Amino acid sequence: MLNSSLKQISAALRAKQISSVELTQLYLDRIATHNPVYNAYITVDAKTSLAQAVAADALLAGGGAQALTGIPIAQKDIFCAKGWRTTCGSKMLADFIAPYDAHVIEQFNKAGAVNLGKTNMDEFAMGSSNETSYFGPVRNPWNQKAVPGGSSGGAASAVAARLCAAATGTDTGGSIRQPAALCGITGIKPTYGTVSRYGMIAFASSLDQAGPMARSAEDCALLLNVMTGFDERDSTSLQREQEDYTRDLNKPLAGLRIGLPREFFAEGLSADVGSRVQEAITEYRKLGAVIVEISLPNTRLAVPVYYVLAPAEASSNLSRFDGVRYGYRAPEYTDLADMYEKSRSQGFGEEVKRRIMIGTYVLSHGYYDAYYLQAQKIRRLIAQDFTDAFKQCDVIMGPTSPSTAFNLGEKGDDPVQMYLSDIYTIAVNLAGLPGMSIPCGFGDNAMPVGLQIIGNYFDEARMLNVAHQYQLTTDWHSRAPQGF
Amino acid sequence: MSLSTADVQKVARLARLAMNDTEIEAARTQLSGIFELIAEMQAVDTTGIAPMSHAQDLSQRLRDDIVTETNQRELFQSIAPQVETGLYLVPQVIE
Repeated sequence: MLNSSLKQISAALRAKQISSVELTQLYLDRIATHNPVYNAYITVDAKTSLAQAVAADALLAGGGAQALTGIPIAQKDIFCAKGWRTTCGSKMLADFIAPYDAHVIEQFNKAGAVNLGKTNMDEFAMGSSNETSYFGPVRNPWNQKAVPGGSSGGAASAVAARLCAAATGTDTGGSIRQPAALCGITGIKPTYGTVSRYGMIAFASSLDQAGPMARSAEDCALLLNVMTGFDERDSTSLQREQEDYTRDLNKPLAGLRIGLPREFFAEGLSADVGSRVQEAITEYRKLGAVIVEISLPNTRLAVPVYYVLAPAEASSNLSRFDGVRYGYRAPEYTDLADMYEKSRSQGFGEEVKRRIMIGTYVLSHGYYDAYYLQAQKIRRLIAQDFTDAFKQCDVIMGPTSPSTAFNLGEKGDDPVQMYLSDIYTIAVNLAGLPGMSIPCGFGDNAMPVGLQIIGNYFDEARMLNVAHQYQLTTDWHSRAPQGF
Repeated sequence: MSLSTADVQKVARLARLAMNDTEIEAARTQLSGIFELIAEMQAVDTTGIAPMSHAQDLSQRLRDDIVTETNQRELFQSIAPQVETGLYLVPQVIE
């Protein structure tokens, strides 16, 4: 059951080969065994999960089951789930019990899925290695010394280690795709606005987007069917017809035009990652795709633009944490200003404070035009690059991350080095496009390599089709780390 | 680009973050490094380019002016650091 697809698990549940309670208990037992090492979950609440499983079994018995009914899903600890501790990986929210459900959680509840627990993450989703979590780093199931990537590192580690059937993540600058790549799983960040941000703790509101993380494109399609949909409580939620993201999975790829941006294969890319990506492209040629060389000339500017815009939005979003209505309050203070300053200084970690400082600076009087406005203008140039590129191709492919998983502590002291590792993913967020990562082999250190697939706006069904066809002819996505 | 100690102190104050001298100095070094990275933007000619704030050019939706929230004061205040008789408590601000 641990290596079955969601479709197979769903069939087994309906055929009464296993109950949701048994399946949930199986995962809870695995979490109890492995989580002390991998630290993929921050909160597990067996009683609540099993109660949901009992309800799911009743639905399954009564004939009211949907595709994901009874399936245990790990939720990133950025989604508020009523009655669950929701920490966002921060001391600031270490004791925060969410008083309501995020839209994503509501959708999974409606589908009858089981919430298996809340996964570890970089604090407030700010990080690419899961090392900024207040609850300690997550380990990569392919090598305990390596990071799982971030910020959805707990989700990626949990999927890879078979500590859940599937998981959710969020992606502001690559936080679904990069950990998916580093842990050898499949993850997709849909078009901005397709999944509601309601109840998803905000980092950079114009970039944040939730999506599924699972073991295959087919699984991701089923999860996306549940996660997407209009929600009036998110002002940027898009009013669109509900889609079935599985509808194109089985289409042949003959004639598919794949764009390869030359900037994605330039200096800074590890040789082993480059080779695996080229091998994947060769496989796509065999499937009938044609390759088009394209250019995204402003790629190198994506990092500086992102590190102005995301911290600016974060500094504004995180101003709500003041120790008054919820969250951490310092034990001792002299007056109101002192209470704010001490609560925030003690409640936030180093990386979060660094980004609040950057954001506050670029928005401050005298610097707004030079930094924030200039970054927003270049953001348009970056988005335009993609619009131009999609006139020549159907999907864009390249590496997800310039290297395979690095070791814990390796980049910890140098924020600039860490930021530069997001080079291939952040332009996609700036443009608001959908992007995904699928496993395409292993690097020199035997760690997974991710192939990034970027689609045009609302082209998720095609991207999932492109990924699924590759997964039908290769088995990288079904490899499991040793011992799992 | 290099930030001065006074710049960093000012930003920390605006951001409501308490920092001692050691932390200010560490922040100054790291922020200067990050602003060197960001400085690459300055050379780009963006004359005539409209700023892009969102991926989808949306206008804000309007809705009817009706009550949509129910009163959940007890629930919301149950997670507050300090409340008394339905009020959030903070240090005295008016003498």
